[in-house]
Parts: sequence; structure tokens; C-alpha cells
Amino acid sequence: MRMIGSVATAGAAFLFMTATGAEAQQTLDIVKKRGQLVCGVSQGNPGLSNPDTQGNWSGFDVDLCRAVAAAIFGDAGRVKFVPTTAKERFTALQSGEIDVLSRNTTWTMSRDTQLGFDYVAVNFYDGQGFMVPKKSGIKSARELKGATVCTATGTTTEMNLADYFRANKMEYKIVAFEKTDEVNAAYDSGRCDAYTTDRSSLATQRTKLKVPNDHVILPDVISKEPLGPSVRHGDNNWGDIVRWAYFVMVNAEELGVTQANVDQMKSSANPEIKRMLGGEGDFGKMLGLDNAWAYNIIKLVGNYEESYERNLGPKTPIGLERGVNNLWTKGGLQYAPPIR
Amino acid sequence: MAVDVRDAGSAPSTPIWLDARYRAIFFQIALLVAVLAFGAYIFHNTYDNLQRRGIASGFAFLGSTAGFDIIMHLIPYQASSSFGQALLVGLLNTMVVAIVGVIGATLLGFTVGVARLSRNWIVARIAAVYIEVIRNIPLLLQIIFWYQLLGKSTPGPRNSISLAGLFFLSNRGLYMPAPVTEDGFWLTVAAFIAAVVGSVVLARWSKKRQEATGQQFPVVLTSLGLILGLPLLGLLVMGVPFHWNYAVLQGFNFEGGMVLIPEFISLTFALVLYTGAFIGENVRAGIMAVSHGQTEAAYAVGLRPGPTLRLVVIPQAMRVIIPPLTSQYLNLTKNSSLATAIAYPDLVAVFAGTVLNQTGQAVECIAITMAVYLTTSLSTSTFMNWFNRKMALTER
Repeated sequence: MRMIGSVATAGAAFLFMTATGAEAQQTLDIVKKRGQLVCGVSQGNPGLSNPDTQGNWSGFDVDLCRAVAAAIFGDAGRVKFVPTTAKERFTALQSGEIDVLSRNTTWTMSRDTQLGFDYVAVNFYDGQGFMVPKKSGIKSARELKGATVCTATGTTTEMNLADYFRANKMEYKIVAFEKTDEVNAAYDSGRCDAYTTDRSSLATQRTKLKVPNDHVILPDVISKEPLGPSVRHGDNNWGDIVRWAYFVMVNAEELGVTQANVDQMKSSANPEIKRMLGGEGDFGKMLGLDNAWAYNIIKLVGNYEESYERNLGPKTPIGLERGVNNLWTKGGLQYAPPIR
Repeated sequence: MAVDVRDAGSAPSTPIWLDARYRAIFFQIALLVAVLAFGAYIFHNTYDNLQRRGIASGFAFLGSTAGFDIIMHLIPYQASSSFGQALLVGLLNTMVVAIVGVIGATLLGFTVGVARLSRNWIVARIAAVYIEVIRNIPLLLQIIFWYQLLGKSTPGPRNSISLAGLFFLSNRGLYMPAPVTEDGFWLTVAAFIAAVVGSVVLARWSKKRQEATGQQFPVVLTSLGLILGLPLLGLLVMGVPFHWNYAVLQGFNFEGGMVLIPEFISLTFALVLYTGAFIGENVRAGIMAVSHGQTEAAYAVGLRPGPTLRLVVIPQAMRVIIPPLTSQYLNLTKNSSLATAIAYPDLVAVFAGTVLNQTGQAVECIAITMAVYLTTSLSTSTFMNWFNRKMALTER
């Protein structure tokens, strides 16, 4: 049935391309007219994008979609989430089925140049790692010679894996599934000796295993995985909106503006905060939005730290430390240009 | 008085646009032009839009480095091979499932079809239950079921089920010794070819002789003897020029030998079981289509039950069986694309999956995949039509 899925997506892409090639410039108008943002997310990756039993989506990647919706509509709920597999996600974006792809997707050169879309930001710096059962006693990826490794197909993971084992002159076998749930099941049943993907996803997928504590993530990081949202190439205004929605969250953290104090902060004397929250200047208008755009993002979604701690942080089952994703002022890589 | 005189010699001529023949031709040409124009429009528009959106198009990517590995490859393949080679690997993986599946399903189908007509009540019931159950459950579920069952019921490689220390079944697959040929093996191959050719010649000769004299010759037994005996002789003459490469547990897994990966085993098994049920029904229909009078007539001229089935019933039944059998073969090949669900690296998983995603060229990848399936299906169908014509009633 997967075949049908991809043929349908390709078919949809085909029809869409034949129908509406010229309207690449007007994503914002389309979204406003529709009254809803359509956001491509994963099929279920706790902490990043995951639906609950009522079908409400939550997660770090989901928050970015909500931030964009908050900026446009002043309502973080006006998002339709489209679950995509790793394989289908690009076609979905190319064909216009989704407006933004926010699905822990790695920014690579070939994707940026060949696939017809633009990465607008890196909201999570990640790297590929390995998870193994504790009882295997493996301490380093270097010990994986001859191992069978499970992963999801259609990812940079497959390539990094091949590179890593080739570079270290080690043999291995790859079993590549289409859905993460299938990878989990196969890994749980012992089909593979190791599970590989981005380390953030390893942490989130581990919570889905039968006994999460029986598995350990190895310290090795074998690749750079800058994850971030992407939009179709050519609509620069739309790219700006998504990019600045993310920058607002980072700037808000840096300036100490939180969901709780944003209303008091409106009367802050700090000119940077004033500009961000619409007290000075016309920054919302520059994007074709309301000047309350950033206020809405912070009020309805929160700043970067709040989103991180709520979805991925040490207090969640995922339990990921900020690490390199800390603010630049705290030794991390998260840095946003000023709103001025 | 003026009389309006008309030329009586010429028939009342119809204008060309009222002539039914020309009109028919005109409409056919118009339709053809419309279809071609529509196709050209779609093609041009897609290409144009891909260009405008900065999405790479064309088939140049087939030559670039793939950069990923595939667990099962029948031809040499590694991460540094090209996307084109990955396509070939996927295609061969699909073909091997299709061929093994077709052979298995045919054997199973014929057995079950005959069993369902058996006078033995329990045999007939078992066949009926099997057919009704398997035929009515979606194939995708069956494939996932067998895959899960195989995965859950087999131990890890260290505790694998061993058969005589040569075969090892674990959740990594079925490992078995692989024959490695040495110099001088050519004689065995040559002997095998000679034996096959000899058997064909023998069969022709025997048929001619029977038609002329009525004497029979044990062709099957002799051919079997030839095909087994000659290569064996070839082996012995050259001093057994091959050895076995045994699978040995090493580190994580077995090394050496040959392996059937669990994905291959469960996919092929599910396809055989599913298609076998349908073929079973085709076979039953074929046999029942031969009127009982044919059997009685054969008995009346003194044929024993064996030859009656072989010479009278089956040749007539085959004419009914082959056309639906062809569609079952085609179904099996196409259904093998469900492999994606269990990570078997078939054409769809490798090419319409990984390659599509790594290159992002969805239109090209899906088009190539469809073209490949179309080609294989049409080839199968051509072969089966030829076979059907051969089996068809020749009226003398």
C-alpha cells in the first residue's frame, strides 16, 4: 500500500504542478484565505511532533508551526498538521500539500539546492548516534563491526551510516524501514543489534520501546544534523515569516520574555523588547503581518526555552539537556539576529 | 419551354464532410491529436514547473553515487555504486521474489486445487479451509503477520536453531553453506547442459517412435538419470572441484555462507500462500470444466487412471487454467511491491523509496518504477500467451 501512497503523492505533485505553477509567491495569501496553516510533521515522534489520544499535536517541531500560526492569525490553534513519512515529506512540500515542513529535517546542500525548497533556520542542532541494548555491553560505535543496524529509509541517516562504516573499514548490514514505528518494532524484536538516527530522535523513540531503560544511547556522534523548518523556494516573504517566527522565540528567551510575563513586558522600557512586542516600529507590517505578531507567538506558544523544556527538557520523559542548543550567551549555538 | 437539364451521367455527389468513411477517419485523427496534445501539454507543463521551482529534473542522477547500502544484493553493490546500480539491485530483488514466488505458488496451487477435488473428505476440507481463509485476508496483513511471527519466534543469532551445524535459523535469517566453485567446475556445468539437451532430443525421438510404432520409452526416468548422473560424473572426473563456505558465528552475527534474510523468507512465503490459494481455485475450475464423459471415454478405451489424468484431463483443463494463471503471476509480481512494509529491499523500497528521497526526483523515480513493472508484466504476459497458444486446442 506504500506504493500507492507514493504514487498518489507523486500524482498529486504532478497535478498540482500542472495547475498552479505561477502562484509560488503568495503562500501568505493562500494561508490567510484558507484561514489555516498546513504544517508537515512526523507520524509520531514524542517530544518533537506527536498526537495525543484526542489527536492534539504537541512537540518542539509542532510549536514552531503554532508560532507561525500565532504570528499570522493571532491564534495558535489554526494549524492543520499533516503527518508525513521521511520519504513523503519532500514531495508534500514541493507539491504545495503543506506550507511548512517542520519535521526534524536535516539541512543538507543537495536538499537545499536540488529539491526546490529553502531551509529557513536551524531550530535544533543534532547529530547522528546509535542506540543499543544495555545487555550487549557495547560502549562505543567502534565496536559495531559486523552489526545489523535498523533505521528509517529516506533519511540522511542511511548515508551517514554508510560513510561512517566505510571510513572505519567496518562491515555492517542495514535494515531500512519506511516508518519509525516499524523500526522500533524490529529493533525491539531483536532484528538488529543497533538503532541509528539523530540523537534527539533516539531519545524520543526510546520512550516508545517496551522497556526504555534496557537501551542506551552510545556517546559517539557520527554526523552533523542541523534540523530545521523548510519552505518552498521562491516565496521569500513566506520564508521570512517562518524564519522570524523562530527568531522571535530565541530573542524572547534571550530578553527574558516568557509566556507568563509577556503582558507586563509590554510596558518594559527596554527598546529591544518594545520593538519585538510592537510598542515601537512596524516590524509586523514588514512581514505583511500584524504588529502584534511577536507578542502573539510568545503569549500563545512561549519562548525557545519554554518550548524546549516543555517538550524535550530534563523534566520530560525524553530528558534531553540543552547542550549545544543553549543560547549563545550560555555557550550554545542558538543565536538570533536582532529585531530592528 | 425551358427544361432544367441536369447531367445525368454523374451520380449525386456527397460533400466530403458528409461522407461517413471520411468522417470516421477525421474523428479518429482528431482524437489522436487531442490525446497527444494533452500528453505533450502535461509533460511540458510539469517540466516547466519543475524548472521554475528549481527542482532538479532529468535522468542524470542515475549515474551519481548512491551513498547508501542495501542488505541484499545479487550483483556486486556498495555505497560507492551509482543510483542506476541501486535500481538494478532493487529490480533483481523483486525478480527473485517473483520467480521463487511463481514457482512456489504454482506447485502449491496445483496441489491444493487437486486436493480440493479429492475423494478423501479430510484432505478436501483442509484444502477448502486453506483457500477460503487465505483468499479472504488482505495480503499486506499476511505479509506483516508472517514477518512478525518469524521475528518473534526465532531466537537471536547466538542461540540460533542449528541443523546439523550447517543451517542456522535465527532472527537474522536462515544461514546455510554456500558452494564455492574451483577450477574444473566447468565440466560439471557442461555436463549439465549436455544432459538437458540430450533429454530434449530423447523426448522428441521417443514421441516420434511412439507415434510410429506405439512403443513407449521411459523418458522421464532416463532424463532424470541423465541430468543428475552426467554432472555428478563431471564432478568426480575433475576431483570434486568445489568446497563449501560455512556460516560461522562471529561477533554479532554469522559470517560466510549464504543467507536468506527474514524479510525475503516472510515475503515469499506470504506471496506463495496467498497466490497459491487463487491458483488452487483456478486449477479446480479447470479440472471441473472437463466433462466427466472424457474420463469415462478414456477408461472405455482402456487407459488407466494415471494416463487418463495426464493425457486426457489435464491437457484440456490447462486451456481453462492458463489465462487466469497468467493474471495470478502478474498479481504476484506486482504484489511483491508490498515488500516496503517489511523492509525487504525490492524495487519500490530501494528505488521509489530511498533513491527517490535522496535525489528528490519523485516524478522520474516513480515513472521509472512504473515502466519497469509494466515491462516485466508485459513480458510475463507475452510468454504466457505464447504458452497458451501452444496448449490451445489444435483442430485437425
